[in-house]
Amino acid sequence: MNINLTLIGQSITFFVFVWFCYKFIWPPLIHALEERKKKIADGLAAAEHGKHEQELAEERAKEILREAKNQAGEIIIRAEKRAAEVVDEAKEDARAEGDRLLTAARAEIDQEVNRAKEELRGKVVSIAVAGAGKVLEREVDESAHAELLNKLAAEI
Amino acid sequence: MASESLTASDYIKHHLTNLTFGQHPDGHWGLAHSAEEASAMGFWAIHVDTMFWSIALGALFLLLLRRVARKASADTPVGMQNFVEWIVDFVNGIVKGGFTGHNPMVAPMALTIFIWVFLINFMDLIPVDWLPQVVTMLGSGLFGMDPHHVYFRVVPSTDPNATFGMSLAVFALMIYYSFKIKGVGGFAAELTLHPFSSNNKLLQLVFIPINFLLEFVSLLAKPLSLSLRLYGNMFAGEMIFILIALMYGGGWILGIFGGFLQLGWAIFHVLIITLQAFIFMVLTVVYMDLAYQVGEH
Repeated sequence: MNINLTLIGQSITFFVFVWFCYKFIWPPLIHALEERKKKIADGLAAAEHGKHEQELAEERAKEILREAKNQAGEIIIRAEKRAAEVVDEAKEDARAEGDRLLTAARAEIDQEVNRAKEELRGKVVSIAVAGAGKVLEREVDESAHAELLNKLAAEI
Repeated sequence: MASESLTASDYIKHHLTNLTFGQHPDGHWGLAHSAEEASAMGFWAIHVDTMFWSIALGALFLLLLRRVARKASADTPVGMQNFVEWIVDFVNGIVKGGFTGHNPMVAPMALTIFIWVFLINFMDLIPVDWLPQVVTMLGSGLFGMDPHHVYFRVVPSTDPNATFGMSLAVFALMIYYSFKIKGVGGFAAELTLHPFSSNNKLLQLVFIPINFLLEFVSLLAKPLSLSLRLYGNMFAGEMIFILIALMYGGGWILGIFGGFLQLGWAIFHVLIITLQAFIFMVLTVVYMDLAYQVGEH
């Protein structure tokens, strides 16, 4: 229990140790701690930000989906309308074509009839001429009596 | 483990004597061979055991911490860095809470004190005879010393020189920063103008010496109580370990009982050594804070 030089030696040792700790140990450790604290805070902020972004993106995706649905509906309606139009057009065309064919057929029939009539008329004229020749027993001059014959033919 | 040739009081006395190196009264330098010789050396002697263990333990933890500090990174900490960071964070929290001034030296000082005092106190948990026995064997075997004259105390904090040395260093810093922050006038005013003060100039003049006496005593009490608290606790703890160790010489029934006692006391002592290291650190921080407080009164 003697107080001696150890006292001073211990004080000096104390100062040296404290100085060493202050100079070489404390700064890097506390720096690492502070840096990690900052890193964690940044990470949390980034996570928060990411979450917010995701919410926004989801919102946007929903918006786009809704728009797409609307567009699809519109397109379907337009297509249906168009289909109906096409069907109507086709019907219209078919009807017009039918009418045209009918008209043509009628015209042809009329033509045929006229031709047959003409033929018949020609034949009747020749028969009539032949008949008249036979009746008269003499040859009728066809050129002299052509006007008369034609008149006759038109009447038949 | 007291050897047969020693009485109990000799054993205790042997355990309480430091390995002292100094100048003998006849003029030559050397180790003291007895407690009486050690006291005869006066102030110019040094306790080799106290110095050795305090420096060795201090160097050990400082180098260990230095290694961790060099590799410290902000990434996920592993192993030792985890542990060190935990202590650093703990000490930093206490300094931030207790020290209001700005001085980057205080926190590292608190860390040094906490770990160093803890390690020094920890030596108390090593069975009292182990290390002295090793040193005795080394001393008598290698240097041909008389085994009975090889003294060795392994717990520096049971040496008042060590605790006073630390508390005086803290006290010196406290005085230095008091002067630096408050100035000579401010510090003098702090010592003389309270607790008693009066608007009457004459009365104030009477109060100054009274105040100074009170404040000066309370100022001196700080380093004294700081070191004596640690010293007293550790000395008492060591004493009980020595007394328990005496039981090993009293037959095997007493020896087994002593073994249990030692275990129990050691477990309890873990609390004390940690607490004392903590108190030393916190009081240092508080004293430094007091040195930094200006114009509070």
